[in-house]
Amino acid sequence: MTSSLSMAQNDQRKRAAAPAPRRHHRTLKERLEPYLLIAPTVLLILGLMVVPIAIVIGYSLYDNVVTNPNPVFVGAANYVTILTSPAFWGAAGNTLVFTVASVVAHMVIGMAFAMMLNSKTMARVPRAIFRAIYILPWIFTASVVAVLWRLLLDPSGVINYLLTSLGVVHDAVPWLGTASTALLAVTVINIWSGYPFFMISLLAGLQNVSTDLYEAARVDGAGFFRQFASVTLPALRPILYSMALLDLLWTTQQFTLIWATTGGGPLGATEMLSTFTYKLAFNSYQFSMASTSAVLVLAASLIVAVFYVRRQRKEAQ
Amino acid sequence: MTAISKQAPTTARTAASRRAVRRGAARTGLYAGLTAGAIFAGFPVLWMLSSSFKSNANIFAYPPKLFDGSFSFAPYLAVFSDPVEIGYFANSYIVALSVTVVTLVVALLTGYVFSRYEFPLKRIISIVIIGVQAVPPITLLIPFFGIMVALGLYNTYQGLIITYVVFTLPYAVIMMTAYFDSLPKEVDEAAKVDGASSMSILWRILVPISVPGMVSVGLYTFMISWNEYLFALTLTQTDDRRTVPVGIQLLMGQNNYLWNEVMAMSILGSIPVLVLFLIFQRYFIGGLAAGAVKS
Repeated sequence: MTSSLSMAQNDQRKRAAAPAPRRHHRTLKERLEPYLLIAPTVLLILGLMVVPIAIVIGYSLYDNVVTNPNPVFVGAANYVTILTSPAFWGAAGNTLVFTVASVVAHMVIGMAFAMMLNSKTMARVPRAIFRAIYILPWIFTASVVAVLWRLLLDPSGVINYLLTSLGVVHDAVPWLGTASTALLAVTVINIWSGYPFFMISLLAGLQNVSTDLYEAARVDGAGFFRQFASVTLPALRPILYSMALLDLLWTTQQFTLIWATTGGGPLGATEMLSTFTYKLAFNSYQFSMASTSAVLVLAASLIVAVFYVRRQRKEAQ
Repeated sequence: MTAISKQAPTTARTAASRRAVRRGAARTGLYAGLTAGAIFAGFPVLWMLSSSFKSNANIFAYPPKLFDGSFSFAPYLAVFSDPVEIGYFANSYIVALSVTVVTLVVALLTGYVFSRYEFPLKRIISIVIIGVQAVPPITLLIPFFGIMVALGLYNTYQGLIITYVVFTLPYAVIMMTAYFDSLPKEVDEAAKVDGASSMSILWRILVPISVPGMVSVGLYTFMISWNEYLFALTLTQTDDRRTVPVGIQLLMGQNNYLWNEVMAMSILGSIPVLVLFLIFQRYFIGGLAAGAVKS
């Protein structure tokens, strides 16, 4: 208190003593200073975010860029081609199934694990051990997760051994190599690698829920499920909603996991919008078509992002 | 509790024992659930670890065993003795550490300005910085490829570094701005009146007390750069510029049968993130809760 007061007095003294011309010089310099300091950020974002988006939109309006030195402007023709292509809609459908299943499972598993870890009947040490185990999948990047699950899901791998031993399946199934099971398999892999993100945030959220609320619910005779529905869920709804939107955004953009497990195959069974776009550009060199698809992915992402920002703003108020 | 049971022995004891039974059942259920969850989460990791110590001939041995007679460090030695694989690690460290330093410095400058200055374009610039976070990587990939080739940065460290700086910068700026906002303005205003320049206020006064915020941003930046795959795959071409995530996939493609070595490399490639996580756990959790430590 005293020190801040003396600091304020010091301020006044200094201000009074400062020579006028120097102050004028400083204000001019000060006016330019913020622009100078943010210049690196502005240049980087402008040059490598804003300009590339403009470029990709531009590309999507020409017949064939990069490979053709004199591309012809075709307007919306590429969009018509893409939006009437069954391959695009197949990829969009797979992305939707993959994303919705992943986000829902992340939420359910994240919630279940967080609630188990938050249980009061558990001592500190087992809680810490289980928490460490549950976070494990989050340590590994998609490239590692992909090779690990290729090993696990191999026809002669350990999962097929367990499933045939238990009589769940008759013969070993090449889960990632069969058109009817590949989408399920990549979704399970993505669920495994993504739930810890939900779990950690929900655990933090659960620890902030006042125990008085549970106490009051119990006094009113509420059982486990009633407490969950009336106390836990309402308290965690803001976290769940924000995280679901973020996860939706990230999962629709997932490329590595698909590329490194199935490459979108077999027979397009796991083709996502990301792998579809990548292949158009770097396998068949149709850069204009790829750009068109990339712009559509951007549009879908922006819609989700608008919901997210609106939500954050509502929360801030 | 004891007083009550003495007064009304029969009813209290049955009620208490019923409660104990119910509590025991709930406890058993809880531990059953916890164990099932631990198998789901941990078994794949355990299997990766055990496979990385097996001989390659025993990878698909029937019946599969977690630890068999072939246990050895040979797969790890194979990774360490292959100059190409060591090169992947060197490249990953060079790129990720450079990105972390550059992003931190640029984000410190920008965060400082956003937190301490008012100027006409501030609102628009900050909206753009927040907005670009939603741009999907695949949308940027095609123009990036063209830009990097045109700038002569294709298949260079600089190309990857500048790419990851741009990807990590928006979140880093938002985090640093929030951190500076949480520091009282009186601290630097007093120094300013004493004639200190903005730069000395930032580096001598604000940076030393902003270490926790910088650690969070640094961890996030390092992890994103260490783990990134799509742009590393597309913007590099030769082994001497490939990073670990791409290298693991290349090893799978070339030596389809060296599962043990691939698993050893996967473990080694995950160790930096694991170590950082163990040391800086609370910063990670903080960053996670804030919303974005995941690629």
